[in-house]
Amino acid sequence: MNSLIDQLLVLVMLLNFLGLATSRMHLAIRTVAFQGVILGLLSGITHSLTLHLALITGGIIFAKGFFIPWLLFRAMRRVEIREEVEPFLSHTATLLLGAIATALAFAFAAKLPLIPEHQGLLFVPAAIATIITGFLVLTTRKKAITQVIGYLILENGIFIFGLLLSEVMPVMVEAGVLLDLIVGIFVMGIIINQISREFSSMDTSRLTVLREEQ
Amino acid sequence: MIYLLLLLVPLLGAFISWYIRSNLRRPRILPLFGIAHFILTLTALSLRPAPAFSGWIALDPLGMVVLLSISTLYLACSLYAAGYLPSRHERSNQVLCFGTLLCLSAMTLVTLAHHLGLLWVAMESTTLSMAPLIYFNRNARSIEATWKYMIICSVGIALALLGLFFLAYATLVAGKEATLLLEPLIAGARNLSSVWLNAAFIFLLVGFGTKMGLAPLHTWKPDAYGEAPGLVGALLAGGLVNCALLGVIRVYQICMASGDIRFYQRTLVGMGLLSMAFAAVFMLRQSDFKRMLAYSSVEHVGILVIALGVGKGALWGALFHVINNGLTKGVLFLAAGNIHRSYGTKNADRVRGLLQRLPLSGGLFLAGFFAITGSPPFSPFLSEFALITGIFGAGHPLVASLLLLFLAVIFMGMANTVLPMMMGSAPREAGRVVGYRDQFFTVAPPLALMGVILLLGVWQPAPLRRLLTDAARLLEAGL
Repeated sequence: MNSLIDQLLVLVMLLNFLGLATSRMHLAIRTVAFQGVILGLLSGITHSLTLHLALITGGIIFAKGFFIPWLLFRAMRRVEIREEVEPFLSHTATLLLGAIATALAFAFAAKLPLIPEHQGLLFVPAAIATIITGFLVLTTRKKAITQVIGYLILENGIFIFGLLLSEVMPVMVEAGVLLDLIVGIFVMGIIINQISREFSSMDTSRLTVLREEQ
Repeated sequence: MIYLLLLLVPLLGAFISWYIRSNLRRPRILPLFGIAHFILTLTALSLRPAPAFSGWIALDPLGMVVLLSISTLYLACSLYAAGYLPSRHERSNQVLCFGTLLCLSAMTLVTLAHHLGLLWVAMESTTLSMAPLIYFNRNARSIEATWKYMIICSVGIALALLGLFFLAYATLVAGKEATLLLEPLIAGARNLSSVWLNAAFIFLLVGFGTKMGLAPLHTWKPDAYGEAPGLVGALLAGGLVNCALLGVIRVYQICMASGDIRFYQRTLVGMGLLSMAFAAVFMLRQSDFKRMLAYSSVEHVGILVIALGVGKGALWGALFHVINNGLTKGVLFLAAGNIHRSYGTKNADRVRGLLQRLPLSGGLFLAGFFAITGSPPFSPFLSEFALITGIFGAGHPLVASLLLLFLAVIFMGMANTVLPMMMGSAPREAGRVVGYRDQFFTVAPPLALMGVILLLGVWQPAPLRRLLTDAARLLEAGL
């Protein structure tokens, strides 16, 4: 069982690299969606099967794998944006940074005090690497929608850590977290729509009117 | 029962407001629910209900302080909205009415939640429900402000969730059953794994600190406060800030009970001083009077966090300041909204002769300025005085002196912007004057808040004093 979990976590980390490397928006959204589905499966197999678990697993796969990507695709269609991702920093450079971050995540995770059951598993390094990847995408991409993708990758990373203790999070809270995520993405989608209407582009590097006057 | 009423009454109001067709009549129900919520709050404060839902929901003195300040502020804002929104009937206020009531419900949940996961969900809901309100004016500037608010606060709050996971993991490593309920966490704080607890503290402080606007995480704040209508600015600066502070206080309670607290204290004091320094620098030459208020908010969360870091005698003043800061920000933002509409600009250099054109709003803005900078006889003077003597008393003369220095610089910076606005003669041409004149509903609410601030400055009712003392004792308990 543990080897299956580790293989899935490795897949999550490989998807991080794909998210950093791709220059096509569709592929970036699909990458996050696929990551979401894997996370749903992971939460299903890491714990003993109960009704609560089945509900949550189904909810996660539906929300992260299908509903949120659908919202993003819809936002993309509405504003008819071009396909390119348009980074501030080149894809190669961010990919390199992502690789370094992943290596550091392994080194760092080895130093953390974990409980015996979790030792040797890839949860913690995968979580840290995914969170840093999310930050990289958030900070190095221009378009509003790619920033949302970065936020989603970041959320996925936090979710991986949450898998270590899903007994703590009662179903109410987990549902609340998921709902907040969906509503958040929904609101962001609306804002993106308005940005493109106002600026006829969703390039956030144009959002520079508000600053301190020198 | 009272808990459910507190949470569901505003929620009901939100849905009713959504289904009212008339743009003119819709804002009238806001005061109705504002008053209802205020009465329920006072009832809850006097009843002191026992914890419910297996300890998830409880009203302790700390929650009471924040609930009281939020409910009072919301009452004033709802009355103001009843006067303000109909005068802008060309713009649909459906989302605004729905959003403020939804946010009121979520803010109430923050004050009641004793399960940190639930607290997180409520906090994120306040962020989301406020986002569309910042975009009320529907122009390029407000969309930029909304986007920054949305992205920065969402990421911040996501990091707070990670912090919560770390906290839960700290209990696992301690060999206990993992939990996120406040009381067991505080009781078992001594055994928590310090590595994970420190990490949790940092992430939670960054997360909730982003929402509070602690420097250097405050960058969204001047934009959002500057572009949102005065009414929304008041709710952000007096409501959401206090909620986020309560989040930090919950973390603080756990960390202070853990034994070795030096790291937490230093971090809080350092971040507080940094916030005040940022505010001082950016306020010196600030020509946009709404952005100036945003930096004033950064300054005051800085003061509050410093007081938390020092602890002991400074806590009573800090808790009193939570109420005073929230209410004074209400006065300032509501008055600023009136000034903005009358002059059609937020640029302080183009606002002259304010006392002549808008004697009431102008006078309130001036009084609010004196109050927020800590001048007697207003209540922020008392709370800041108590807080600073507390810091001296706890043996941190350097921190207290720096705090006083920043207060002086900020006073000068703000005076530099505010006082010239009052004098001179109002420009005749004044660009595109909207024709706004002071009217009952847009002046009476901030005037009433100002009255409360003045009253609290000279006399505090015994129940309030007792409440603050209880709350401070609860915070000190861990020390």
